[in-house]
Amino acid sequence: MRSLKAATPKIRLFMTLDELKKIKEKGLKRIYPDKVKFTIGTATCGLATGSGGVLQAIKTEIEKRKLDFIVSETGCIGYCQKEPIVDVFVPGYPRIYYAEMTPEKAAQLVEAVSKGEHKPEWALGKVLTDTSLIDGTIYNYSHDKVPLEVAKIPLLSDIPFYRKQFKIVLRNSGIIDPESIDEYIAKGGYFTLYNILSAKRDPASLVEEVKKSGLRGRGGGGFPVGKKWETCRNAEGNPKYVICNADEGDPGAYMDRAALEGDPHAVIEGMVIGAYAIGSNHGYIYVRHEYPQAVRKFNKAIKDARKYGLLGKNIFGSGFDFDIRVNRGGGAFVCGESTALMASIEGQVGEPRAKYVHTVESGLWDKPTNLNNVESWANIPPIFAKGADWFASIGTEGSKGTKVFSVVGKVKNTGLVEVPMGITLREILDDIGGGIMENRRFKAVQTGGPSGGCLIVDTFGPKHREGLSDAAPESVSFVTESLIDLPVDFDTLTDAGSMMGSGGMIVMDDRSCMVDIGRYFLNFLKDESCGKCTPCREGIRNMLAILDRIAEGNGHPDDVDTLVDLAQVLQDASLCALGGSAANPVLSTIRYFKNEYDAHIYEKKCPAGVCKALISFSIDKAKCNGCTVCARVCPEKCISGDKKKPHKIDLGKCIKCGSCEEACKFGAVVIQ
Amino acid sequence: MIQERVGEIVEKYGAEKDGLIMIMQDIQDEYRYLPEEALRYLGERLDIPMTQIYAVATFYKAFSLEPKGEKTICVCTGTACHVRGADRILDRLERELHVKSGGTTLDKKYTLETVRCVGACSLAPIVILDKDTHGRLNQDKAAKLIKK
Repeated sequence: MRSLKAATPKIRLFMTLDELKKIKEKGLKRIYPDKVKFTIGTATCGLATGSGGVLQAIKTEIEKRKLDFIVSETGCIGYCQKEPIVDVFVPGYPRIYYAEMTPEKAAQLVEAVSKGEHKPEWALGKVLTDTSLIDGTIYNYSHDKVPLEVAKIPLLSDIPFYRKQFKIVLRNSGIIDPESIDEYIAKGGYFTLYNILSAKRDPASLVEEVKKSGLRGRGGGGFPVGKKWETCRNAEGNPKYVICNADEGDPGAYMDRAALEGDPHAVIEGMVIGAYAIGSNHGYIYVRHEYPQAVRKFNKAIKDARKYGLLGKNIFGSGFDFDIRVNRGGGAFVCGESTALMASIEGQVGEPRAKYVHTVESGLWDKPTNLNNVESWANIPPIFAKGADWFASIGTEGSKGTKVFSVVGKVKNTGLVEVPMGITLREILDDIGGGIMENRRFKAVQTGGPSGGCLIVDTFGPKHREGLSDAAPESVSFVTESLIDLPVDFDTLTDAGSMMGSGGMIVMDDRSCMVDIGRYFLNFLKDESCGKCTPCREGIRNMLAILDRIAEGNGHPDDVDTLVDLAQVLQDASLCALGGSAANPVLSTIRYFKNEYDAHIYEKKCPAGVCKALISFSIDKAKCNGCTVCARVCPEKCISGDKKKPHKIDLGKCIKCGSCEEACKFGAVVIQ
Repeated sequence: MIQERVGEIVEKYGAEKDGLIMIMQDIQDEYRYLPEEALRYLGERLDIPMTQIYAVATFYKAFSLEPKGEKTICVCTGTACHVRGADRILDRLERELHVKSGGTTLDKKYTLETVRCVGACSLAPIVILDKDTHGRLNQDKAAKLIKK
């Protein structure tokens, strides 16, 4: 039998309700102190935009001015485009969020606040009330005596990015200090667990409750969580394990990272409840090593939970024991697959096995194992706090609750958005995402990662033949539909030829080449295929070879048919879902963007201007004003021309690196 | 010397087999590669055959059997970074450093790598220089990171 020796906590008396309530009071005082508090978002996305420097600048300025201000850190509030974001809490005032801060602006902000002033011109929005989703506690920020300039700042919940959002999973992210267990408890955290354990609720009834809620696994497949719990609970074998899959491998998706960095205790509480319902005393979380911050914050959270007796022996005096061990992944996409993940925890190579016997019956060390991902676990405490009926009232017939999406790529407002299931793509991309960058045209949105597909969200009209000359055969396909008004849930996305996946939504415009995207995903999967089964190992390689030659202008007329045939073999004969779904990105681009394949094959052209072998760079004389920037950045020194006169590219020397195009501020560099 | 340090790392994870990958990660962090001596000792301590350790070392991207450069510059090639020009950045860094992705410069200063998503997609394209994440880059800004 496995033991979790290293993880066994020190003996401690269990936590009582009175103690928990006292901690809640303490936590509330931390969130809403009686002094000025500056809070900086220092999750990975914040840090990537320089929030570390902003934090330092605020601390330095406060010290310099000998101010009695508090400085706190928080996770991701979702609107990553506007990072670094700083929020300022002044007792008796609304909480104001400031966007796109720099160290200089931050220092000025501290100065202004020290004089009782604000910087409304930098404000993103303000908050007048905080309501805890879990226990309904409301905190009202006083706003009786605010000056007009503050009154004019819009409510954060009213700005387009947030208006249609509904936060369950990310309820605390960007609000509380994720490294303070007291602040999590202040928001009603661990009370749900207390209510369940102190009442010694029948574990089977908990499983029923989750079934009734309609929660489906958020990792990609959408398998009903309650059903999984039930099978694992009824499976024979001891001990049983629960696992949190935080090996968020889909490129373009980062909701699990944000949830772990922003509210790790929500996942812990969910796991303890699940373990109690299933009858397990041992938990694991498997986190990607590419997420060092998430690993660090989760480890801290586990330590704090043990100290309070919320993990370990006899939790809340119920006699129930449970603890969690953290395992870091080794950087292998296939380890997001449950059997490969379990092999990896065992210290093996992360190769999947055929699932004739499900992992809920025989998983980690051949024992019954229940695996759910981060987002699924974080949904558990609210389901029990507010009831299955409440959860089931949100979303669509077949997909209940909310889903977190990472809206990224060529969209104006990039970030993490949590919306009720059933919202349309248009609402997500246009209303929340703010439309396409640089006023180009929407083309596609990629969902479901390497197992998903590209959906057409084009409004080009039915007979789009961009990039094709009139000589192209009539049979060459064209766009006939757009999915921009598709309501998003598990089933509609699958029907449309993609899938929900973990929630990445990568927006593409007319400058993204669909052949290139298909090639990109096959390249990814070629590297990540573990190589155990032949259809996946060889099928992907062969499909990639075909796409390579299409992108190089050597495509054959029957290449598309061959791709579809190979895709069928992959789907039918692969051992695990990685191979089974590997062809999806290519199939979906063929389904919706066959015109682009045809342009590459018949016309030897890349309409989007991406595939290097098929494009050339030139300078539009009418737009070039001779500023010389392009000539200066060109690494090959192949751009010439006099000052204030149109420049010219020596195509013989051009390596098509695109430096000139990135540098030109007048849109004079043309790719054809 | 190596044995002593590896012994400490092994103890940190309770000398259990389910700590293997994390122990190897710590060894990788310590030496910037997996020295053979460390792996042989690790196998003895955890009673894991060398074949399995070698399989793990070559399967996971986090590990390297060759010493890496002083600094690692890593281009994120996740989907969001890809559509915002990660390829151009990688090409540029390959030219600047005169190495292909995965290689180490002759002066052993830099190792150039790619990673499939670090989860900062909203700020794409991303480059990670050692432990610092840099967002909203283009090829010129990326090239400046290694010129500092």
